Amino acid sequence: MIGDQPEPGTRFPDSRPESEQPPWRLDFPIDVPQDNYIARRDSVKFLVLTSFAFVVGQIWIAAKSLVRGRGAPPSQRIATVDEIPLGGAIGFNYPGPTDPCLLLRTADGTLLAYGQKCTHLSCAVVPELEHDRLHCPCHVGSFDVATGRPLAGPPDAPCPW
Amino acid sequence: MKRPFTRDQKTTIVYGVLCMVLILVVLQLWLLTATMNAFLGGDVAVVWPALAASLVCLLLNAGLLRYVYALESHS
Ligand code: FES
Repeated sequence: MIGDQPEPGTRFPDSRPESEQPPWRLDFPIDVPQDNYIARRDSVKFLVLTSFAFVVGQIWIAAKSLVRGRGAPPSQRIATVDEIPLGGAIGFNYPGPTDPCLLLRTADGTLLAYGQKCTHLSCAVVPELEHDRLHCPCHVGSFDVATGRPLAGPPDAPCPW
Repeated sequence: MKRPFTRDQKTTIVYGVLCMVLILVVLQLWLLTATMNAFLGGDVAVVWPALAASLVCLLLNAGLLRYVYALESHS
């Protein structure tokens, strides 16, 4: 309770004196200013709780980033060099069985590996080594083969190595 | 001696506090979505500064809430 008594003239929402109020309002008297005050105070409380929840979310992301950064990624045998033709590519899954990737061997013999998911909406990219690019057929996006940099179309993040 | 606030004044103050808390919470929401976006994109550099900023916002909010309660207990 704030203040001891309702202040005069503020007890009814239309500010008219008690004698002019309809009977139902006298039967169910609500101290409107007090009600407003409590509503605002409770909103502040609720928002501070929300604020706490957001910090918990940030802590969760930070904890995840710690776990993700821990340890070197496992090594995995994919193929021998001879199994990939010059200017050719093979697919493999890394690090999990549902993470498709591409291993490319360019015409000059350089080996490159990329995640196969387009950084736009996760369609599978197709290697087009003759044009030095990875092509995404969904929205005609393309990435540079040498660096993974987006070259054209909607993707704006590089293709992951 | 300082005169205590009237109820109307207190309501106005709490309204002001509510606006400030709301702005801070919106800032935190933006921070959370931006951090999540960066994190999922493989960029972890922003994670700790964003956590610190969000924590500062929470502390400010908690301070404002404390002020509201202090306001009531002095009436
Ligand atoms: S999903 Fe690749 S360009 Fe849209």
